[in-house]
Amino acid sequence: MKSAIKKQLVLLALAIPCILLAAAITRAATDSKQSAKETRIEIKDFSFQPKLVTVPVGAKVVWVNKDEEPHTVVSTDKTFLSRALDTDDTFAFTFDKPGTYEYFCSVHPRMTAKIVVTAPDKQPMKMYGMN
Amino acid sequence: MAKEKFITENLNNDGIDRRGFLKCMAWAGTGAYCVLRGGVLTSYALGDAALRHGSLPRATKGELAFVQISDSHIGFNKPANPDVVGTLRQAIAKINSLPTPPAFILHTGDITQLSKPDQFDAVAEILKDTRAERVFFVPGEHDVLDDDGAGYRERFAKGTMGDGWYSFDSAGAHFIGLVNVMNLKAGGLGNLGTDQLEWLQDDVKHLKSSTPIVVFAHIPLWSIYPDWGWGTSDAEQALSYLKRFGSVTVLNGHIHQTMKKVEGNITFHTAMSTAFPQAAPGVGAGPGPMKVDAGKLRSVLGITDVNFIRGRHTLGITDSTLES
Repeated sequence: MKSAIKKQLVLLALAIPCILLAAAITRAATDSKQSAKETRIEIKDFSFQPKLVTVPVGAKVVWVNKDEEPHTVVSTDKTFLSRALDTDDTFAFTFDKPGTYEYFCSVHPRMTAKIVVTAPDKQPMKMYGMN
Repeated sequence: MAKEKFITENLNNDGIDRRGFLKCMAWAGTGAYCVLRGGVLTSYALGDAALRHGSLPRATKGELAFVQISDSHIGFNKPANPDVVGTLRQAIAKINSLPTPPAFILHTGDITQLSKPDQFDAVAEILKDTRAERVFFVPGEHDVLDDDGAGYRERFAKGTMGDGWYSFDSAGAHFIGLVNVMNLKAGGLGNLGTDQLEWLQDDVKHLKSSTPIVVFAHIPLWSIYPDWGWGTSDAEQALSYLKRFGSVTVLNGHIHQTMKKVEGNITFHTAMSTAFPQAAPGVGAGPGPMKVDAGKLRSVLGITDVNFIRGRHTLGITDSTLES
């Protein structure tokens, strides 16, 4: 009995850090997935900030208008097009194709910017030992 | 739109006193009233007393008076002016108190803030109070959001062509409303487009060069400050069709401050907004609403009174603020 309990205790002692490690890996994976998924661009002072953004395929970009003037977000190749955004309005678009997307504000066309969407990473996660 | 008969008259070959005209235009910002008669320029200080007692030389036979207002931005509700309806009403009241009621009002665009139906309706309602017989419009970029101008055209552009351009005659002068806020290209400025340019060339083709021309459009038809979008990329082409005319006046809005330029026979003028001012070109981050002290707001908003005497190259352009 004693050795059985001892065995269970040892197993438990080993399990806890594994669980914690797994949780940490999952959280890290989720975190990196989230930060890859949502990129924020502020429309401020008649400019898109940042003016050049690079994201991986699958990323979601969210624009928020912080000016007191309405603005729009319009890609020159018509891939995406927002309605007029008043102050604090947002527009979101998820990029499922790699490429370079030039866009501008159709109300104030001198406001131009660019999003570069990179192809997916060819390296899967090594820590699972799969390749 | 019914066109009046062209009046064929024996026009004097007045030399236009250009230096005097320019000098007078510099005074106009402080409220001077300039009239050219028989080639001689006279200016009158525009004090309240003179207006009230009507001691300014007023309508002689054949004189046409009209008013330009601009950039009412109904629907705007930020600190630069929390009551754009109120200031527009003040502008209308000011117009209604002019000794000679204007034959019509030209609104050079940004009528609404966001092209919303209730904003268009509100403007139509407010403008019912004007003594002028009618109001002519051209759209600003704020009037064509999301619907390519369909809402604007339905309300304010009946009988116009294309995106809403048109012309009409009054007192022997030819008025042309142009639309330069559609199909704007990335990195670009205001844009008239080939369809409109072709129409314009055809529209003025048969007019005598002595016909006074008034062109009105939202974005300035001259290059004021391209970095802020204050210009129209194909305006040169349009103006080339008007070069032969003895008197051309271009009235614009968009920049929320008065600016003037004379180039040959063409006089350019931009109007104040009735809603909020904008910064001088290049001062600050961009052409957004500029906040001034509440007590100062009325002094940077205003109307433009234009007086035209038929039969002469005469055009008196007077900017006056809501405070004066």
